[in-house]
Amino acid sequence: MNAALKFICATLVATVVVASAAMPAFAYRAFVSNEKDNTISVIDTEALKVIETMKVGQRPRGVILANGGAWLLVCTSDDNRIEVYDAKTYQFIKNLPSGPDPELMEIHPSGNPLYVANEDDNIVTVVDIEEGRILAEVPVGVEPEGMAVSPDGKLVVNTSETTNMAHFIDSTSHETVANILVDNRPRVAQFTSDGKQLWVSAEIGGTVTIIDVAKKEPIHKISFEIAGINADAIQPVGMRINKAGTKAYVALGPANRIAVIDAKTYKVEKYILVGQRVWNLAFTPDEKQLLTTNGVSNDVTVIDVAKERAVKSVPVGRYPWGVVVSED
Amino acid sequence: MVMTQRGKTVARSVRLRRQLLAILGVFAALCSPFAPDAMRPANAGQQAADAITTIAIVYVKEDRERLPPLSLLDFRPPNEGYDGAKLAIEDNNTTGRFLKQSFTLGAIIGGTRDELIANVVAEAKAGVGFFVVDATAETLLAMADALKGLPAVIFNAGASDQRLREEDCRANVKHTSASNAMLTDALAQYLAWKQWRNVVMVSGPQPEDKLYAASLRHSIKRYGLKLLAEKEFTYEPGSRRADGGYEQVQQQIPTFTDAFPEHDVLLVADVANQFGAYFPYRTRTARPVAGTHGLYPTSWHPASELWGATQFQNRFQRLAGRNMNELDYAAWMAVRSIGEAATRTSSGEPKVLIDYMLSPKFELAAFKGQKLTYRPWNAQIREPIFVATPKIHVSVSPQIGFLHQVTVLDTLGIDRPETKCAAFN
Repeated sequence: MNAALKFICATLVATVVVASAAMPAFAYRAFVSNEKDNTISVIDTEALKVIETMKVGQRPRGVILANGGAWLLVCTSDDNRIEVYDAKTYQFIKNLPSGPDPELMEIHPSGNPLYVANEDDNIVTVVDIEEGRILAEVPVGVEPEGMAVSPDGKLVVNTSETTNMAHFIDSTSHETVANILVDNRPRVAQFTSDGKQLWVSAEIGGTVTIIDVAKKEPIHKISFEIAGINADAIQPVGMRINKAGTKAYVALGPANRIAVIDAKTYKVEKYILVGQRVWNLAFTPDEKQLLTTNGVSNDVTVIDVAKERAVKSVPVGRYPWGVVVSED
Repeated sequence: MVMTQRGKTVARSVRLRRQLLAILGVFAALCSPFAPDAMRPANAGQQAADAITTIAIVYVKEDRERLPPLSLLDFRPPNEGYDGAKLAIEDNNTTGRFLKQSFTLGAIIGGTRDELIANVVAEAKAGVGFFVVDATAETLLAMADALKGLPAVIFNAGASDQRLREEDCRANVKHTSASNAMLTDALAQYLAWKQWRNVVMVSGPQPEDKLYAASLRHSIKRYGLKLLAEKEFTYEPGSRRADGGYEQVQQQIPTFTDAFPEHDVLLVADVANQFGAYFPYRTRTARPVAGTHGLYPTSWHPASELWGATQFQNRFQRLAGRNMNELDYAAWMAVRSIGEAATRTSSGEPKVLIDYMLSPKFELAAFKGQKLTYRPWNAQIREPIFVATPKIHVSVSPQIGFLHQVTVLDTLGIDRPETKCAAFN
């Protein structure tokens, strides 16, 4: 390294150190639900360690942020409710009605309402998070699981694990407008940031189906193949697509890997080894890090997105399930 | 016997319901294409004004003479099996609602073997393509032969006999019940994993006990365990209600197990549920009991919440008001297999669905953590097997470390290179 470069590097490091010292908000906080511990582990994404363990209700699974990032919402499935916490102080604020056995949820881009998949009741519940009131219940397939809302807020999508469909729901009329068959046991649904595509993972089918949102029909199916790993162990669950729409990341469950996919050509470029039974994923807001929840090894793997490498395992509680990262 | 009386009551009520439903069936087809239980002609779908495809499935149950079990807890629920099929019909119809497919469940229950088979053949000739059957191996084989040439398939949900998958296999029979070999292999793998290699065995006098014992012997050899000694347990059938008999049993079982050499595990083969429950905690030496009692292999456990089964168990509880057993699970898998094939092929034609179920494209999600498929050489479903105690599972086989070139699930049961089944060649 030449002297000039050294100087630039040193300056950069110094700037980062000063900046982070002066504004600790630069470190994001990741909230990880621990299904068997009834806790949320709060991870500092810069220090890469747990800075707080929040005690919550029974069997916490889906986690998201609401109210401009001020609230942390937790589906406490065995308590049949959604708990709201202050995302900064970690204090309990209130409970929201959720319908029975809430599992995953997604919020409307306007900030309200909230759409909840009720796994034990074959419905999607629409909840006003301000008033704490159920606005509607939409019947869907057996064992509703994944939830997604289109970027324009017009469409809500739910996946049903035993019916094997992605149900498209009109967010105004709450009517189901399309039901698209995918492979066995669909889990997570995610829109691309332009709203043109919906990606759906199928855990038992071992595939990801890409649906053209305008035409409401599947246009491509991604399969996975890993040398030395039995095909039965490749079980896609969590998915994240970057904002630019160039890369997608899919968690492959007991295959203990994240697939890196070219989101334009749908080609699987790489598999990154992470912890055991990897399920859900979240980017940091700058998309520099990707966090994975590893249910069997009780940790979170932090992936350096640019390098496409796992850089650290952070031990959390038992059976980590969901993850969401703060905006600041 | 309590069971027989209860069984007959059910048979009567189901028959009555069938007659009623046959009358209502036409209305049901016209008014509500999704009436879940309606028995109706197979071509009702084509008669209906809209383009709904109807897929008729019939549950068939033979009245079986069974000795009353040792424990009151082990009397078999009157609607076992049928309830599992019914849950699957509901699951199928939820998907079907979106795809214009409707699944109906009829029932043929009881009567003599000849009557039962005649009823099944009549339904098949009327167009029913799918029969989920709980019957003895003899009845099942006679039924399969009577259906030969018709576009119909039998799902064997209730007979674990190995010969149905081997020398007596039939091209028109699929097996959603686990075979004896799958069950005993699952147990033997676990014992091998625990390194509890030295075993002794006690088996009962009933034919089904002997089949289970033979299967245990095969698995013992296959997985490198050592069978050090065997004894047969004889008893007077039906003598279960010896009031206050524990004093004698407490004396008899240690005496009976006295002669066994030093061992790790005592295996029991008592499918008929006549004496196996006497062995745990009563043996001469403090050794665990496994086999049909103690630690037992089973295709379904009512306490399993693995792989998202919680909601599945809840749905069954709501429908049947009781726990799901192996027969319910096998019937559920049979009806769901038909549903899955109909969903993926967009067809209601028995032949199309039957072919699809045997193709490599078929896969079933059945709360076992991986896709389940049918073995192409004998149409036995491949599945992980619980190794369990009555309260909760202890493990699930295949065990870690047992490998296979095709799928580790084929380490359970008779594998392709050893099979005697030629019906699918």
